[in-house]
Amino acid sequence: MTAEDLHKLLVSEFGESKITGSNFTAKDPWLEVAATAIVDVARFLKHDERTQFDHLNDLCGVDYFEPDAKKAAKFNHQPHVEVVYHLTSYSLRHRITLKVKVPRWKDEATKTIPEVPSVTSIWAIADWHERECYDLVGVNFTDHPNLKRILCPEDWEGHPLRKDYDMPLEYHGVRGR
Amino acid sequence: MSLTLEDPRVIEFDVRTDEMLVNMGPQHPSTHGVLRLLLRTDGEIIHEITPHIGYLHRCAEKIGENLATPQWVPYTDRMDYLAGMNMNLGMALAVEKLIGLEVPEKAMTIRVLVAELGRIASHLVGMGAYGLDLGTFSPFLYAFREREIILDLFEELCGARLTYSYFTIGGATHDLPDIIPIPPGLAALTKRNKNIKLTWLEAVEMFLNWLEPRIQEYHTLLTRNQIFIKRTAGLGILTKELAISHGCTGPVLRGSGVDFDLRRDGEPIYTRYYAGYDFDVISAPFEDAPREAVLGDNWCRFFVRMMEVVQAIKLVRQAMAKYPKSQGTYRVPYKMSAKLPVDEAYLETECPRGAMGFYIVGNDKAEPYRARAKSSCFCNLSVTAPLCEGFLLADIPAIVGSLDVVMGEIDR
Repeated sequence: MTAEDLHKLLVSEFGESKITGSNFTAKDPWLEVAATAIVDVARFLKHDERTQFDHLNDLCGVDYFEPDAKKAAKFNHQPHVEVVYHLTSYSLRHRITLKVKVPRWKDEATKTIPEVPSVTSIWAIADWHERECYDLVGVNFTDHPNLKRILCPEDWEGHPLRKDYDMPLEYHGVRGR
Repeated sequence: MSLTLEDPRVIEFDVRTDEMLVNMGPQHPSTHGVLRLLLRTDGEIIHEITPHIGYLHRCAEKIGENLATPQWVPYTDRMDYLAGMNMNLGMALAVEKLIGLEVPEKAMTIRVLVAELGRIASHLVGMGAYGLDLGTFSPFLYAFREREIILDLFEELCGARLTYSYFTIGGATHDLPDIIPIPPGLAALTKRNKNIKLTWLEAVEMFLNWLEPRIQEYHTLLTRNQIFIKRTAGLGILTKELAISHGCTGPVLRGSGVDFDLRRDGEPIYTRYYAGYDFDVISAPFEDAPREAVLGDNWCRFFVRMMEVVQAIKLVRQAMAKYPKSQGTYRVPYKMSAKLPVDEAYLETECPRGAMGFYIVGNDKAEPYRARAKSSCFCNLSVTAPLCEGFLLADIPAIVGSLDVVMGEIDR
């Protein structure tokens, strides 16, 4: 099934308010899904016999932000965080990319990280991928069974793949920078 | 409750005899590097197993955001350090997909040839180290003897023995070498004069001719060995559904009976490399499996690797025949300062340990805006808990070893 067909199918199933965008000309065509609908869309994509996306290739986060104020005017993206899902179907041999776009902070003042519902109940591997995404990019996956850091130590501060991340000055007596 | 000597009842309460927490690793040799497993055991039975990873974390993805894509290639070597060639290829292909770069036929042939040699080397380590996990030392020595010659050949090819950085954006850094002195290991094994010189392809041919009959010996030594079968067959059974849900790829997935190989079923930019080649995708179940073997157990995963070595030899031979006839050069120029388009590309390639994915986001700069490496071992390792729970402590090396994980790739 092509990305256009999938888009039509998902829009007819969930409506334009849930499937908020698409790009069919990208190298990997992608559909944008509202954060609130991602679990329902994922469940549909996995279990519907027209789609059968049983394999979650990858789940990762991308932080779009330009920390340098001088360059920020020329930056060609709105500041936001994306969670990108790459899906494959073993039986139907087709692929799709889903994107969930959320603001960089749920609360700018207190630097609370944004929330995206977890898809662990649909693909078991999402458990570890979401932990990694939480750890490095800083996305709070709600309803995740065990949202702890996976690569960095548990007492690490900050999320290294954020564009405005600063390496800590020291960590347990080890100089950072 | 704190341990005090005053009240003996407290001690009795503290020294519990029913359950125990055991910390396995991160230095235990049979954990394949710095993997730490936290076990809750009842006697020898494992009740709970929690893998702790990240001891080798270098944030290669963050480094990738600050380097031009050809400069990131050496970092991919250090992810899966046992299959550097295949990692270089995966990364180079992802960037080529993003920028739409066509690679000449000759470069494609070199890539298949060398990547499959890398796969042989990697599977040899997988086989040898697995034997080591189960307590047999000799297959390890044989495997490393063979691998040594591949490393010698790679040294003649690109100067490095482990971290090759041989494939780069647009092809390979060098053409195949012409005349080389015979690798000392090869001369010793084939009982040739160690001063002779020959072409690189002749040396590869000589090595393959020597390796091919040896595979039967490994089967005698390990695959059909009764002790080995007892320790692997029927243990660590990974069902097809579990394997797919946990995103397992490569030999782990094929050992569970899913007939899927990216070299055949992947994206066109990758499958066209293997288009003209004749090879089989190896997947369980096997007709000649021992009676005790079950679909998706340790033995099947191991056997998939062993059979893939045979297929890789077949592929190398075909690529060697194709190389002199291939058109074009070994590399099309790619400028280090060339800007990546405002687009993104995700590509998975079949590395020896599974589908290694690279996700490159470009934003009109030479450096990728986001460089993501999706590790295959990361997904494969995540099945440890469902596989090990309820089994014996002594089965952990057999089960984790059969997943053939490399921590450098998991932690990145």
